[in-house]
Amino acid sequence: MAQATQKRGVGFYLLAAFFALFVIFLYGPMLVIFVLSFQGPSGGLTFPMRGVSTHWFNDLWTSTRYGDLGGAFRRSVMLGAMSLLITAVVCLFAGLAFRKRFIGAGPLFYLAITSLVVPGILLGLGISQLFQMLGFRLHWWLSGLGAHLSWTLPFGLLIMFAVLNRFDSSWEEAARDAGASPWQTLRYVTVPILFPGLIAVALFGFTLSYDEMPRSLLTVGGRNTLPIEISNMTTNVTTPALYAIGTVTSVISFAVIALAFAGIALIQKRRARAKRGA
Amino acid sequence: MSRSSGRSSPLTPYLQVAPLALIMLAMVGVPLITVVLLSFWQSDGISIYPEFTWANYAQVLTSPVTLTLFLNTLKYAALTLVATILIGFTCSYFLVFHVRNLKWQIGLFLLCTIPFWTSNVIRMVSWIPFLGREGVFNQALISAGMIDQPLDILLYSDFAVVLTYIHLFTLFMIVPIFNSMAKINPNLIEAARDAGASGWQILWTVIVPLSRTGIALGSIFVVTLVMGDFFVVRVMSGGQSASVVSAMKNQIDQLFYPEAAAMAVLLIVVVLLMVSAILRIVDIRSELAK
Repeated sequence: MAQATQKRGVGFYLLAAFFALFVIFLYGPMLVIFVLSFQGPSGGLTFPMRGVSTHWFNDLWTSTRYGDLGGAFRRSVMLGAMSLLITAVVCLFAGLAFRKRFIGAGPLFYLAITSLVVPGILLGLGISQLFQMLGFRLHWWLSGLGAHLSWTLPFGLLIMFAVLNRFDSSWEEAARDAGASPWQTLRYVTVPILFPGLIAVALFGFTLSYDEMPRSLLTVGGRNTLPIEISNMTTNVTTPALYAIGTVTSVISFAVIALAFAGIALIQKRRARAKRGA
Repeated sequence: MSRSSGRSSPLTPYLQVAPLALIMLAMVGVPLITVVLLSFWQSDGISIYPEFTWANYAQVLTSPVTLTLFLNTLKYAALTLVATILIGFTCSYFLVFHVRNLKWQIGLFLLCTIPFWTSNVIRMVSWIPFLGREGVFNQALISAGMIDQPLDILLYSDFAVVLTYIHLFTLFMIVPIFNSMAKINPNLIEAARDAGASGWQILWTVIVPLSRTGIALGSIFVVTLVMGDFFVVRVMSGGQSASVVSAMKNQIDQLFYPEAAAMAVLLIVVVLLMVSAILRIVDIRSELAK
């Protein structure tokens, strides 16, 4: 690199400062609500802290003011898990299909992109009205799941494209030439090589579903998911309990992200070691 | 290509893509058609009748509120777009051209993208203790002696709405701009420097034009996200301001589905026009294929 031979000028430090400010802008407010969620029992929505306690976390589980938070949480985790599995499997095969020419590839791709850019609530309106016209009842695990998939699948497909871009299909040919059946090739060659990418797709599948609100609003039927409960709380709840639920759900998101990153890093480390050993 | 045994049948891609195609048709294609149909149907506020009418469009298009809503939404979109392009470009520029260590580059890039996998609702809520009358911002300004009275315009205002949009959506700008910048051949910059170009000239004549695909893709994301939002505008403006979709949401809450659908179709037309305008300036497909 040419830059490596130059000294760092004022420009570098100005840009670094700008970047640091942006990161503070990105994470600062979140850190503030994490701190404020440990307010004492008489504390309010802003500083100063009136003591430090886990009062508002206990309040979430014990109080009946917040509706069915436990149930909403369970449904959101279930939906996330279902989205994870379906997104990973469906996008893997769709990604493989898009490597070849097939009729309808263009329209299908544009339909997926449309699903990304169309306002979520509008798609929710369409799904809920469609279900009503067909005489189906709205259920979180059916219409709700479908609405979530309309959000996770296009992202998964785009990630899959990026993953397959770097995949050398001569591995598959070699397997085929060695007499492997298509299933054996998939099971023992394609999937293991693509596995880190599939973890990334799965991460999108879970987190995008777990946090999805606009598409869920009209499609989950009578039983709410956690993001809907939280968004209702933003207008009804004026205690730090709002921050406590925010802290809980963010901790779960960060744990899932960390798990996915650790999984990818572990596989890559193992591969690097295998390569050195060979 | 399958030059071997011929076990891979021509039907394979169709079978592989069938689940995606089915879900996309059932959960995106048909529902969107449903919305369009709905916008031509009659309703009396209680039930909906599948009989053709232009009334919903007539109502939406003749109402003076519609224009105000669209202008207000476009104002939010424009302000957010300018801010996110400036921030996204600067951050990507720093990461690509000033961070030399690849590990640091990837690490800092991930730092910018991690919030994408967390809750937007919570990220929006997290501005409330910052911006309120008693919030961190006002307390800091007062203790610094810059103001005597707490500022009221910080929370529940257009300022709060746009700030939240910038906070939520800048990463949609950073990712594509970072991607196009990372593809710029360093030799091009070297050549420009050898030819006597100054730092600013290199920025304007080499880096900005070569980042245009990323800027265009990011703009499409940001514009559609802002135009599709109803929740941020409702909460962060304190109910004082409205956007197209937040007005649509009110109609849905009052069960005026056909009117809401007509508004939605109008919104989609406007958004499609804006996206195709962006695509006219930058041919994203051919640039991505490079």
